[in-house]
Amino acid sequence: MLPQPVKKIGKQTLQFTQPPVIFSMSSIVGPMEGKGPYGKAFDYVLEDTLFGEKSWEKAESKMLREAIKRALLKVNLEAKDIDFMFAGDLLNQIVAANFAAREINIPFLGLYGACSTMVEGLALGAVMIDVGSAHRVAVGASSHHNTAERQYRMPTEQGAQRVLWGQWTVTGAGGVLLVKEGSGPVITHCTVGQVIDLGIKDANDMGSCMAPAAADTIIRHFQDLGRQPSDYDLILSGDLGSVGLNITKELLGFEGYDVKNNMTDSGVMIYHPDQDTHAGGSGCGCISVMLCGPILRRMAEGLYKRILAVGTGALLSPISTQQGESVPAIAHAVVIEARP
Amino acid sequence: MTNKMKERYNALFNVIQKLKEKQTQAEPELIKEQMPRSMNPVEQQEYEKQLNQQAYQWLAEQFKPKATWVRNAVLAFVVGGLICTLGQLILNYLKGSGLNLKEAGLATVFIMVFLGAFLTGLGVYDKIGKYGGAGSIIPITGFANSIVASAMEFKREGYIYGMGARLFTVAGPVLVFGFIISVVIGLTYYIFS
Repeated sequence: MLPQPVKKIGKQTLQFTQPPVIFSMSSIVGPMEGKGPYGKAFDYVLEDTLFGEKSWEKAESKMLREAIKRALLKVNLEAKDIDFMFAGDLLNQIVAANFAAREINIPFLGLYGACSTMVEGLALGAVMIDVGSAHRVAVGASSHHNTAERQYRMPTEQGAQRVLWGQWTVTGAGGVLLVKEGSGPVITHCTVGQVIDLGIKDANDMGSCMAPAAADTIIRHFQDLGRQPSDYDLILSGDLGSVGLNITKELLGFEGYDVKNNMTDSGVMIYHPDQDTHAGGSGCGCISVMLCGPILRRMAEGLYKRILAVGTGALLSPISTQQGESVPAIAHAVVIEARP
Repeated sequence: MTNKMKERYNALFNVIQKLKEKQTQAEPELIKEQMPRSMNPVEQQEYEKQLNQQAYQWLAEQFKPKATWVRNAVLAFVVGGLICTLGQLILNYLKGSGLNLKEAGLATVFIMVFLGAFLTGLGVYDKIGKYGGAGSIIPITGFANSIVASAMEFKREGYIYGMGARLFTVAGPVLVFGFIISVVIGLTYYIFS
């Protein structure tokens, strides 16, 4: 048997010896998210979904680029001061991230983890800093309602009804700057998830697809670290939506973890119930903007001491769905702690 | 049946029992299912996997909001009826102004297609569709909507490989199978008359 890497605890969790610091973050959202309950907590709300560009894809790329640039600008850093950038999105060949990287000129590693991309990036960035390969790493992820809609579903003006358990892709991008030394909340652990597929084939029912993956990663995290849900002020999942969140809570309940009071979901939080998104928000942007906007802001205000952010991704493509494949899902988690 | 399988089955059984205590749902299929007597390890693994999936899918189903069938049907009836009434009014007006039935029918179709396309362009038709469902998809205005929506969507990829190539992404199946059926009917009519 191979020797266990020193930083790895249990089966899937890494503990950082020098926890990387979330030095700066920035969030940009679309007009609809701006009208949601946390509209004022985001850095920038777009006036329209095109953001002054000719296509939604260009707008998404610009959002991601601006989110990362603004995160750097807040702490008076420039692109040349950053060692690496991790970013990703939902588009084919992650073009939004690739094209954003074309403009920014930071050594770039593109990621695809569906809607878990932000947390995947945070975990990888944190690993890179922790092992001493980088001093400053930028992480970003974006999604756009219209680009996702036309890629995965129907033309946007098509008069079709959405199912009641369907979710609304968030228009938004978040950018985070991780540094080795500085002030701000720190990432202490990450848990890398496994791909889980329990045979749900309905691509509109992403909450049910992702719930087992989310539950698996959370349970694994608790087991690896010997922690309990009560050790966290907040367990924030990515985009399970109202259906997926309830299933996840139920699944965790079966294993004896009571998360009724401190678990919530970015997709459920980001919109008002009367905004008619049905089960809530989804997309890479969902947890990115909630984390970079309201959640870390509240953490800075001292409301949360330790949170577990769980990014959840449904790993489907329009082609796999049409070929009758079920939808596998993945979830990654990072622990963010406020540091006095 | 090995001990491990028994454990697994009992665990699933307990999960379902727990759920049943909470909400009196119909008995899930998998409890009725008999456990097969002997299986090799591969089959056993596959069986466990299936059991797990079935149990989960049943569980997930309990959390989905119930579809509002009656409301949807009533709305589809009203919206579809209104669209057809509008068409009838136009037809009556055209007939009243001197066209014969065939000409008036054709002109009505043109006007309804135009209205569907126009409302799609204004971004209104998808909002009607949200409430109308089949009531706004089935009439010819819905057909216009599906084509114009695709045209608007793919225009940014150019007029030839974008709009031209993908104009019928939604309406394509309707056309293909519509043509096939019309050929079948035409042949049937030709042979038997």
